[in-house]
Amino acid sequence: MHRLPAQCKLLAVFAFALVVVATPRERFWAFAAYAVLLAGVAVAARVPATYVPRRMVIELPFVLFAFLIPVVGLGERTEVLGLSLSVPGLWSAWNILAKATLGVVASILLAATTEPRAVLLGAQRLRLPSLLVQIAMFMLRYMDVIVAEMRRMRVARESRGFEARNLRHVPVIARSAGALFIRSYERGERVHLAMLSRGYTGQLPVIGEAAASAAHWATALALPAAALAVWGLTW
Amino acid sequence: MHVPDGFFNAATSVSAGAVAAAGVAVCLRGARRELDDRTAPMAGLVAAFIFAVQMLNFPVAAGTSGHLMGGALAAILVGPYTGVLCMAVVLLVQGVFFADGGLTALGVNITIMGIVTVVVGWGVFRLVTTVTRGKVTVAAFLAALISVPAAALVFTLLFWIGGTAPIEVGTVAAAMGGVHLLIGVGEGLITAVTVGAVLAVRPDLVYGARGLTKPLVLRDAEGATTTADQDEPRPASARGPLRPFLLGGTGLTLVLAGAVSFVASGDPDGLEAVGQNEGFIDQASDHALGGWALADYGEVGGIPVGVAGIIGVGLVLVIAGAVAYAARGRDKIKV
Repeated sequence: MHRLPAQCKLLAVFAFALVVVATPRERFWAFAAYAVLLAGVAVAARVPATYVPRRMVIELPFVLFAFLIPVVGLGERTEVLGLSLSVPGLWSAWNILAKATLGVVASILLAATTEPRAVLLGAQRLRLPSLLVQIAMFMLRYMDVIVAEMRRMRVARESRGFEARNLRHVPVIARSAGALFIRSYERGERVHLAMLSRGYTGQLPVIGEAAASAAHWATALALPAAALAVWGLTW
Repeated sequence: MHVPDGFFNAATSVSAGAVAAAGVAVCLRGARRELDDRTAPMAGLVAAFIFAVQMLNFPVAAGTSGHLMGGALAAILVGPYTGVLCMAVVLLVQGVFFADGGLTALGVNITIMGIVTVVVGWGVFRLVTTVTRGKVTVAAFLAALISVPAAALVFTLLFWIGGTAPIEVGTVAAAMGGVHLLIGVGEGLITAVTVGAVLAVRPDLVYGARGLTKPLVLRDAEGATTTADQDEPRPASARGPLRPFLLGGTGLTLVLAGAVSFVASGDPDGLEAVGQNEGFIDQASDHALGGWALADYGEVGGIPVGVAGIIGVGLVLVIAGAVAYAARGRDKIKV
């Protein structure tokens, strides 16, 4: 799983997510089967059991929103635990929860088994514009630097007793953002000069590119194919 | 507000993806004009900056906090094309590597948070700078203020077309518009002060301010004057007058709030009628289950639209007060 070329995995995850989203919400068994498929992938890739749930926290705001829908939704009402809930609302809450969770788990598994650079190179092989891929690579490479710079500014603010409590403190934060922008931009200029001095011509050289064989494609596309089979079987 | 998988139906996701891809393609071409061969490193670093800034939380009102979307900020600092590219890359990275926002919803996310915020923000910015002849901070405030509720309303529109939850569009529009108007005030404030801070140090870096500041006039001992080259970095001449823009912004907020609540109470009338009709149809088919809940519901369903509008206006008033209060305190702080 870790050794598969990234472009195969990317396409597989996208196709899987599309099949999941296109599945009518009434087919409970299909969603259970998708979850089993993902669990199988996780086991095959030897992703630690605690890794996925920890990363799923990102979904929380939408889980809360999903719980809100039955309360404010329209249509026929039903009584659950003393609350009057909308039936179509319950359906759509289930719909969003199930599909969003499956999608989040699928992309967590992708991120867990593939290094970011490989994902982007895979995207380039899938005909994503190379300029876009380069921008994303620079972003990934320097994200930690910029975020660390911001953290240092925060430490500096807090060590001087600053705490953003109300709207009056916005200018302080905004000026930090301004300083951060100038630092990022100037770093970009330095990076560009460094690249020019090393002979940058607009294309980044790719070393040891992994071409995907038919076997790779077959392995990767087994996931969406299985999902599609489930979709067909539960018709 | 990253939309996850399953929020929109497959058809809407795919067509939003097509819109996003077309937008990004146009911007890839345009960004080369803005940054020439520096596009990749510069846009990459600016995207990293946007990513970092989105982690900055600022207090909105009592106890709640929001974070920047950054579309208008990116447009003003690096130009609209590069702005869209940066936002698109940030959303792509968040979706693929952090599972923040669904993969199938990537098109929706890029369309709403990348293209709409940047295009609306940049449009408002250009409009205001042309009208006021170069009040960059005022323009930045208004651009960010309007771009956020605009994105929220486009989200509502998409939701109406291809959303998977049965919520009344008017209610969603009123709630989303109201809340995001508040967030917009915070975003506008931060964007304006951030742009002001950059203008004060490196005015040449602010894309939106190019050609707006007056050329530097040099006068020698004999009194002969020469005009300095526009491209040179100039010392700050752009300390934006804060009070007028805060007052103007507050006024505009109120007008907008009025407009939003007007739309909110005017538009849903039709939808509400439909909803009520459907309610009656439901009632007719299942009146064994009891018409009371439904009848009640019709009444209850009617109220939120009005209430949401009123709450929105009330909250905006509170925030406007807070802004005015902040403006009073700013005299001591001096930007």
